[in-house]
Amino acid sequence: MLAYLIRRLINAVITLLVVTAVTFGIFFAIPKAIGSDPALLYIGKQSDPAAIAGISAKMGFDDPIVVQYGKFLKGIVAGRDYANGPDVTHCPAPCLGYSFATDQEVTPLLLEDLPVTLSLALGAAVLWVILGVATGVLSALRRGTFVDRAAMTTALAGVSLPIYFTGLLASAIFVYWLEWLPQGNYVPFTENPGEWFTSLILPWITLAFLFAATYARLTRANMLETLGEDYVRTARAKGLRERTVIGKHALRSGLTPLVTVFGLDLGALLGGAVLTESVFNLRGLGYQALTAIRQSDLPIILGVTLIAAFFIVFANLVVDLVYGWIDPRVRLA
Amino acid sequence: MAGAIVVIFLILVAILAPVLTRLFGHPIDEYHTDKIDPTLGTPIGRLGGISWDFLFGVEPQSGRDIFSRILYGAQTSLSVAFLSAFVSTILGSVFGLMAGFLGGWVDATISRVMDFLLAFPQLLFAIALLSVLPDELFGLGDRWSRVLVLVGVIGFFGWPYIGRIVRGQTLSLREREFVEASRSLGARSGRILFRELLPNLAAPILVYTTLIIPTNILTEAALSFLGVGIPPPNPSWGGMLSDAVTFYQIDPMYMIIPGGVIFLTVLAFNLFGDGLRDALDPKAR
Repeated sequence: MLAYLIRRLINAVITLLVVTAVTFGIFFAIPKAIGSDPALLYIGKQSDPAAIAGISAKMGFDDPIVVQYGKFLKGIVAGRDYANGPDVTHCPAPCLGYSFATDQEVTPLLLEDLPVTLSLALGAAVLWVILGVATGVLSALRRGTFVDRAAMTTALAGVSLPIYFTGLLASAIFVYWLEWLPQGNYVPFTENPGEWFTSLILPWITLAFLFAATYARLTRANMLETLGEDYVRTARAKGLRERTVIGKHALRSGLTPLVTVFGLDLGALLGGAVLTESVFNLRGLGYQALTAIRQSDLPIILGVTLIAAFFIVFANLVVDLVYGWIDPRVRLA
Repeated sequence: MAGAIVVIFLILVAILAPVLTRLFGHPIDEYHTDKIDPTLGTPIGRLGGISWDFLFGVEPQSGRDIFSRILYGAQTSLSVAFLSAFVSTILGSVFGLMAGFLGGWVDATISRVMDFLLAFPQLLFAIALLSVLPDELFGLGDRWSRVLVLVGVIGFFGWPYIGRIVRGQTLSLREREFVEASRSLGARSGRILFRELLPNLAAPILVYTTLIIPTNILTEAALSFLGVGIPPPNPSWGGMLSDAVTFYQIDPMYMIIPGGVIFLTVLAFNLFGDGLRDALDPKAR
């Protein structure tokens, strides 16, 4: 078990290294190849050549790409000093560099956005799991009935709806026409829990609807497969009550495959729900990334990509560990 | 069945967009400022200016014909979706077959690459990549250059989905007797791969290709919505929705029409794909 864990951790670190290397390569090498100078992005177009050269030297843009990547990695682990002669700026670990657009440290900027994305993703996850799994199980148990057909039609519609459309539609209806919800931006939980809740309720529902639809379809398919297994028939033949057959025998193995999907989905969302955040003006990681991309703010793009990849890799790891516990057939070795 | 009919209808609409525009619409770039309320910037008349002359109404401010822009949007949307599905299918089938059939280090490498790509913040990455890639390629003009770039990016990130399935199927098929028989007759690997295994994989490949088309439509629309897809003034569904953000409180039809069209298109392709899967693999019903 310990050996397995260590091997998985090493794998996770390698994956993160590859992701950063590829991202780093693309965002620092392509602009260089097509002739745009990162120092110019950083300092602005009208600066004089001496200032540009100074910035280049200080930020290390003149170094070969591999050296720059090495320094970037060192910054994450141990922090780094940007120096040009006597002009030294210290960036404490985990250092992700300085934003080209605002000259602020990237790490605190992203940490500021993280709670927004966390609130959005976790709240929506609770909703979609409950809604999706309940619908799927109900549909499977009432297979072929009106309930099943209605639920599956809704789910099919749900997976076909783009979130940037449902989001706009929902805010048009509930905020502007019915005026059930206030217009306004995200309010931190620590500031006012009530307003935090109302500011997030629409994004939660919109995001959860999309995922709930997918989960309902998956749950139904898995449950139907499980209900057809021999051991379920055996359980019934033993004379167990239907509730025990479903609750203790069928549900467990019917829902196990969902754990993998859930881990991946949540991991992907924690790295920034770009579309939802952009539709609802939530200033989370995804929103930050989008703004950064529009301004060619490479260090922020790199930072968000790294965090996003970290969540995905971490979620994968957790899923695999949890899997061994909920499904005894899987031996971790 | 209904899905298949709508899919065929949409493909025809996309191909015939220039003809249909000439018959029932107005050129996509023609401004009709006389249809616009000069103070609000919104279309004159109810429901976003829908009339016999402008079947889907006009755009706020510019007064361009939404009907013809939707038709041309279908062209871009469907070509991106089909071509990138094609790219994903080719890459996924080739690598999936190789991984499943050859095993060993080839399998280990390909599987690792697939895991890696699936573990990638894809949308984020696609946005970033699209924003650094040039707008003009091979003198195709900005519309088709962008289509090509989108096909490359969406197609590339999509292949592991196909690859995983093909690999899994290949793993189970290669142990079957007919493969063994063929090998004992002295067939080379190439022949076993393409003449024995591939025909047996055609059904699942077809089904999953059909099922990634709607995902691709949504991705293309999302990227255009975020401003890194098809550049304006070229018409695209996602681009129209993104313009609608400013107007949806006063002119909701401008949001509902492209959104509804995306929804119906994706729904039709999903229905079609599900139907195809049920027909080819009755067990999954």
